Amino acid sequence: MPAVSARGLYKVFGPRPQDAVRRLQQGEPLARVRADGATPAVVDVDLEVAPGEISVVMGLSGSGKSTLIRMLNGLLEPTAGSVRVGDTELTGLAPEDLRRLRQERLSMVFQHFALLPHRTVLDNAAYALEIRGVDRAERRRRGAEALEMVGLGDRAGNRPAELSGGMQQRVGLARALASGTDVMLMDEAFSALDPLIRRGMQDQLLELQRSLGRTIVFITHDLNEAMRLGDRVAVMREGRVVQSGTPQEILRAPADDYVASFLADVDRARVLTAADVMEPATPVDGELSRMPRATAATPLADLLQPAATGGGSVAVVEDDGRVVGVVTAASMLAALSGAQGRPATATATGGASAVPEEALRG
Amino acid sequence: MAETAELVPLPRVPLGDAVEAAVDWVGDVAGPAFDAFATGVSAFIDGFTTVLLAPPPLVFVLALALLGAVVRSVGFGVVSALALGLVVSVELWTEFLETLALILAATVAAAVIGIPLGILAARSSRTSAVFKPVLDLMQTMPPFVYLIPAVAFFSIGTVPGFVTTVIFALPPGVRLTELGIRQVDREVVEAGTAFGGSSRQILRGIQLPLAMPTIMAGINQVIMLALSMAVIGGIIGARGLGAEVIRAISSLDLGLGFEAGLSVVILAIYLDRLTASFGSGTPRTRLARARGLLNRGSTTTGADQDGDGPPADARVGAQRADWRRGAASLR
Repeated sequence: MPAVSARGLYKVFGPRPQDAVRRLQQGEPLARVRADGATPAVVDVDLEVAPGEISVVMGLSGSGKSTLIRMLNGLLEPTAGSVRVGDTELTGLAPEDLRRLRQERLSMVFQHFALLPHRTVLDNAAYALEIRGVDRAERRRRGAEALEMVGLGDRAGNRPAELSGGMQQRVGLARALASGTDVMLMDEAFSALDPLIRRGMQDQLLELQRSLGRTIVFITHDLNEAMRLGDRVAVMREGRVVQSGTPQEILRAPADDYVASFLADVDRARVLTAADVMEPATPVDGELSRMPRATAATPLADLLQPAATGGGSVAVVEDDGRVVGVVTAASMLAALSGAQGRPATATATGGASAVPEEALRG
Repeated sequence: MAETAELVPLPRVPLGDAVEAAVDWVGDVAGPAFDAFATGVSAFIDGFTTVLLAPPPLVFVLALALLGAVVRSVGFGVVSALALGLVVSVELWTEFLETLALILAATVAAAVIGIPLGILAARSSRTSAVFKPVLDLMQTMPPFVYLIPAVAFFSIGTVPGFVTTVIFALPPGVRLTELGIRQVDREVVEAGTAFGGSSRQILRGIQLPLAMPTIMAGINQVIMLALSMAVIGGIIGARGLGAEVIRAISSLDLGLGFEAGLSVVILAIYLDRLTASFGSGTPRTRLARARGLLNRGSTTTGADQDGDGPPADARVGAQRADWRRGAASLR
């Protein structure tokens, strides 16, 4: 069962929203519906987020991604369609039950942090527990634990305004972690941060995720970020999901020109892994033993240097040292240039589960 | 123009008669309740005045000056001491404290009524739309007009002075509470909702604390309006500086008029500066300021150690400028 799912989800702002949904369902073009005054923000979206995965929704501003994430925790009510968190259907839930669901199952991280400026960092981290009525000692203990996790254990007594932007967002993250919910919604969580700090936050999130295994829905307008973080990525445009799949699938076969236009800016060397570009190793190849080695999940970026110093090719090995393929200079160049030179045989290998931390961190 | 008026003679709308009849009716129906209310208010303000009058004048002056020094600055404390001393020396201290008691009582009443009304207005745009013209009327009606029904209901003295003062001073309390709550960062309120907070938890934990600087600016305005009305209340027999001003006018006593008038100014400036400081910054920064004052100049807040965020002092300054702008737009 998916941790979070949406079926046929619509959100239309403006007059007579139900009418607009009916017309869209009958196939009327968006522009005609919009000309009559309604503003469809989310149009017929299906979404399924498996437990423990990071699912990224990527889109430019106005694509409906923020509206979508707000329907997942009931901050906005869908005009049509259904949202389920675990086995609970959100539509028609009594206000009291919706509040309890948010307290126990869903937490959220906000673009501009949304911290309480008049409370200490520790009180902010423990805020969700305070809402839930957890007693003071217990919530301070768990708040402090969450701050420790994000590396802010020594800032518990500060006010948010005394912290840098990156630190403030780590408090926002700690607040969501301390709440202990299995689902975390992250709305442009790193978009307000400087590029370098953003990169560090992405690393930290991936590292935390490896030990915590939360279900995360992450909203971003940055495809690079989407590819870096997402187990799965959905690209939104004008309220619809135009493509969804793993980052590699999207990179390899963009659904349309719109998606393709984003890919130009993507750092392919970080998204593609050895498994994506390797060729089958021929048993007679005596050079295999002299080649530098790497695991299947190593990003291309980390293969370049060994390939350059080791004669142009890298052997791809399983954990037990068995060679499963070879990455050649030609295959790397083809993949980096965006040419579709990838052999079909490599698909089966390279599960992320067998990958050492260093390889993923890049 | 005169011709037009003759051509289209409008019937006389009996507006004044209607209001008179309504006031008479209310007086008849609610008379006993008004009497009981008057007794209560009168006892409260008299008791409050007695308490304020209890300490020796100079001791009280020093206490007020010290309060000013802690809350605002040493300079403000010194100037306060001199100005309040002047009031004592021109023998208007009793009247000064009577007016102070009336203002403080009226301010508390206006806050108790106005802040909840402001919260209601912030929650519903419809309520806000209903309140707006009523508040406009309360603020723009010449204050002397309030005196007439107040005397009809409560006869003359301090009680009608109190009632008119509360009515006249109420609007900024309501308006700035509404403004303050509406200005709270939407995302922070959303965070409260997203973590499952009830509207009561969000009001108490997020909206009211974050709106506090603006609400305090409103209270500051309430005090200023209360002061001007308390002086006007002298006409209907409210004791204090207002009564002295009226006495000076009726006997054309320029000396007394100036002394009483200047005492009003001193009270106004003292209260304004004092309450303006309450509005700025969090209790913690105020505490830090007080501590810094005691430690003689070691007022670093420990902010911005990593050099990446805006200094806390700058934030407080910006926040203060914010609510001053907010207050100005509503004045």
